[in-house]
Amino acid sequence: MSYESRPVSARYRQNLRNNLGGRLIGILLFLCASVTVVTTIGIVAILCIEGFSFFAEVSPIEFFTGTKWTPLFTSKGFGVLPLISGTLLIGLGAACVALPLGTLTAIYLSEYATPKIRSVLKPMVEVLSGIPTVVYGYFALTFVSPFIKEYLYPEAGPYMAISAIIVVGIMIVPIVASISDDALRAVPRELREAAYGVGSSRLEVTTRVAFPAALSGIIASYILAISRAIGETMAVTVAAGARPNLTANPLEAVQTMTAYIVSVSLGDTPHGTIEFKTIFAVGLTLFFMTLVMNVISSRITKRFREVYD
Amino acid sequence: MIDSASEGIMDKGTEQESNSPEVGFALDDSKESPDEMEAVAINIDALSLWYSGVQAIENVSLQIPDSQVTALIGPSGCGKSTLLRCINRMNELIPGVTLEGQIKIHGENIYEKDVDPVAVRRNVGMVFQKPNPFPKSIYENVAFGARINGYKGNMDELVRSSLEQAALWDEVSDKLRESGLALSGGQQQRLCIARAIAVRPEVILMDEPCSALDPIATQRIEDLIRELRNTFTIVIVTHNMQQAARVSDKTAFMLAGEERIGRLVEFSPTQELFTNPSDSRTEDYITGRFG
Repeated sequence: MSYESRPVSARYRQNLRNNLGGRLIGILLFLCASVTVVTTIGIVAILCIEGFSFFAEVSPIEFFTGTKWTPLFTSKGFGVLPLISGTLLIGLGAACVALPLGTLTAIYLSEYATPKIRSVLKPMVEVLSGIPTVVYGYFALTFVSPFIKEYLYPEAGPYMAISAIIVVGIMIVPIVASISDDALRAVPRELREAAYGVGSSRLEVTTRVAFPAALSGIIASYILAISRAIGETMAVTVAAGARPNLTANPLEAVQTMTAYIVSVSLGDTPHGTIEFKTIFAVGLTLFFMTLVMNVISSRITKRFREVYD
Repeated sequence: MIDSASEGIMDKGTEQESNSPEVGFALDDSKESPDEMEAVAINIDALSLWYSGVQAIENVSLQIPDSQVTALIGPSGCGKSTLLRCINRMNELIPGVTLEGQIKIHGENIYEKDVDPVAVRRNVGMVFQKPNPFPKSIYENVAFGARINGYKGNMDELVRSSLEQAALWDEVSDKLRESGLALSGGQQQRLCIARAIAVRPEVILMDEPCSALDPIATQRIEDLIRELRNTFTIVIVTHNMQQAARVSDKTAFMLAGEERIGRLVEFSPTQELFTNPSDSRTEDYITGRFG
């Protein structure tokens, strides 16, 4: 038995072959997406080109092992370690403040708070991240630092790493709290009910089921927060001072990599000189630091998270 | 939430005076008398429940027998799952739930003010509609409840015996460290049953445990339910009347009217309910005239 196919309409025939509108939209969307890709490639390229021309004049060994960072002085020292130590001190210090505080806030918001409290509290937490960072800087300079000087450590100067650590820590709490809260709330209700069903308390449901299941999102919030702390410029420049200082003592003034880049790019250092090129070398180093951190953390996430889908 | 529920009980106490206390006493008496064949495990007394002020079930009283399978049947929205979730206070996890009446398990009112819902749930296990193993190993899934409850005995032994009771041991004995989610749907559901059993509850609640499973997996679960009946009091919610007829000893039929408030229509031995229902609405439902 044979079938005869019904003839299709001309319009259908045309639509079948000539989907110009759809293709145009696809191209448009591709162009939008490629803006970010092209920008990233451009930034990396410039960092590399300028950075390599810096390393043609200063040996990488001196750069990465030297302990004196005085490129703008007459006796030049190109050891980046003081800047790295300042950056890590502020970044890790702020993480010590923000990760516990943010995680516990997220747990409270998603597991303990009533819907009413949550609907007030979460927007308030998120408002914290809308405050301009320079305001945090002046908060540190005019309140936190004098407070520490007055009551805790009178010998300190006007600038100290600890007050930058505290305000940057508070600044990144909303990142941790908000994203971790979303991750915790995305854990299916069925999993929680299963845990409640065998007689778990709320704390046990949180720590043994919800938290492990949300871990990948929580770690992502940590990375984002630490990256933000390491990249933070204004608050740190204002609060921690501008003295490259190889130290782990948070009561001293330090300079971070970003603060250094700002001070040189805004200063009167002529373009094209070795002094000016230092900012690209520093920028390149910072870029690799955050890159390595992201890779490590994505490994950690894959290793420990509990996939529930 | 608990406070308002207990207050509700107090208020209700005066209104319901006429029937409920007598029922309670009568049951306590019958439980003590040795010649009474059917011991009551769960005594649901004049239970009503509201979700944020909207009533879902009204004045349900039900005596669930010990070490038997009791099925709750009825069309969607008749409140059978809601009723089931009252038995281990699971409904309290939903904000805005209020409740009146009481549920006594072996004589203890689980809605008494000083009763800890966590302790109630240790004693009343639950198996859910959709298999929901934890994203952990098979072993850890079974051991979870025991660990939470500070089990001191031999954990390997407990995991093994629970899996054996859940008729899953032979299939998973060589892959206890693999994820529970790697199992098939039917195996996952039996894993969830093993998880519930491992806490050694007196009662196991099952909320449409086979609705996500194929017929063969369903049959295995039903066989399992019949075996577990000797050890546990089982209450099963099902929309599948054949299933209720196959596995249960007693069946409760619930129905919600126009106002969508669930009420108990009939509660009798399963065979009687399906062959000779006393209420015409039950007959209409089991013969497939609606629902």
